[in-house]
Amino acid sequence: MRRFAYVARGVAWRSVHNTLVNPAILLPSLIFPLFFLAAFAGGLSKVAEVPNFSYKPGYTAFQFAFVFLQSAAFGGVFTGFAIARDFDSGFARRLLLTAPRRSGIIAGYAAGALVRWLLTGSVITVAALLAGMNVVGNGDELIGIVGLGALMNLAAALWACGVAMFLRTEQAGALIQMPVFVILFLAPVYVPLNLLSGWIHAVARINPATAALEAARGLLAGSPVKVALAFGLLLAGSSLAAVWARRGLASAERAG
Amino acid sequence: MSSASPRPAFAAAAGGAPPALAAPSMLEQVGAVARRSIVRTFRQRALLVFPLLFPLILFAINGSALSAARRIPGFPDVSYRDFVLAVPFLQGALFVAVTAGTDLARDIQSGFFDRLALTPLRGSALLAGQLGGAVVVACVQSLCYLLVGIASGVGIASGFGGALVLLALSIVIAFGFAGLGSLLALRFGTGEAVQGFFPLLFVTVFLSSSSLPRNLIKTDWFREVATYNPVSYLIEGIRSLIITGWDGQALALGFGFALALSAITLSFAGAAMKNRLVRT
Repeated sequence: MRRFAYVARGVAWRSVHNTLVNPAILLPSLIFPLFFLAAFAGGLSKVAEVPNFSYKPGYTAFQFAFVFLQSAAFGGVFTGFAIARDFDSGFARRLLLTAPRRSGIIAGYAAGALVRWLLTGSVITVAALLAGMNVVGNGDELIGIVGLGALMNLAAALWACGVAMFLRTEQAGALIQMPVFVILFLAPVYVPLNLLSGWIHAVARINPATAALEAARGLLAGSPVKVALAFGLLLAGSSLAAVWARRGLASAERAG
Repeated sequence: MSSASPRPAFAAAAGGAPPALAAPSMLEQVGAVARRSIVRTFRQRALLVFPLLFPLILFAINGSALSAARRIPGFPDVSYRDFVLAVPFLQGALFVAVTAGTDLARDIQSGFFDRLALTPLRGSALLAGQLGGAVVVACVQSLCYLLVGIASGVGIASGFGGALVLLALSIVIAFGFAGLGSLLALRFGTGEAVQGFFPLLFVTVFLSSSSLPRNLIKTDWFREVATYNPVSYLIEGIRSLIITGWDGQALALGFGFALALSAITLSFAGAAMKNRLVRT
């Protein structure tokens, strides 16, 4: 266990350090969610005037919940890019040779992804508050939103870690981000589920990201819904993604 | 012809003087570089598939997910899918910019560009030829977006002629962005730098009238940004052909900004090309 923690701590530190000292890595993960927030909350605020649209804290808060969870997921995705880059540069292979407990590598990257997202999530939250977001939920409910984000980040980071370790090239970038992007955007992003129609309504109803998004919006509005379901689904998703990441690591070990 | 009357370039050889090759014409130079650019682009299937699929996926999702926006008072009397079909053309043009820039940067990084600089190839031919692959990709992409849009039930209000004008406009837009990609490659010389600009380019589409008409954007600062953002007029030019019919003002603005973008980026890229050739 000590060797596991030793490896995890080292990899996490390096991941966070690389992010903080390299603007080319840090800025996209900060700027993208901010622009999504501006584009959705600012550019689409008129959507709140659609008949039957009802969300007490307003459209900025409605979109904040999505962008917050999206930034969590993409914090994990960006970590996958970093892992792929480590394989391309040869660093990951040297790491595999030297790490006394290799599963600590996955934990380290996942912890790095979490720290990285906490920074991004804080910036987005400040930006949304400056933009006039109303927060109705209490302290416990807001901690719940952070918990949802952390689990979303973990699931995405483990997914991205698995893909990056299976493919071991930066060209895996599209494959890492595309499924995450599509799953997130197949949730009720712009309007509540009841205002969606057609195929997107059918897909959004069974999309696990919908439960997380509705739970986050409910917590933000001080009227929690589907919270247990959202946490359950995210835990299940993280567990599956952990198995996937472990298999990716095994594949990388075999490849040498 | 070859035996009876030798090509002028080799005529001197008949008299015993060392043979001299004629410099290929400008058209031949552009053709040779363009052929290589096109072949290279089509060999990298990942570069074709992702730029083609990504805008279509966003179109499919946003066209349905935002369909409720149609119920906003003042929204044009068309389906949201019709309204938003213009956006993939712009997103595709951004991918063309990155592809063109990355390919050129790779040539610079690999030293191929330096070797070309030692040949009689003109800088303008090199630039025009490099953009050849990008333009072919733009043609394929635009046609795909249009056909997928029509297949999904979007009607082109300006008819068949309008569809042709739409394709022409989208290709001019893509050409302008390809020029921008080339400019970035020539200025910075690395693929990473070109790709690093992609989020910035993508943001210009978000901060435009891509999702709602400008008069329905409620947030003041956003409406101002969208009004000053040329991308709004590129999108509105394409959109007018789809949902309005023949709108002279929207088309003039669309083509005007697209041609201005092409002229500006190509002239700067031409200057950057000269600088880079001097450096080598």
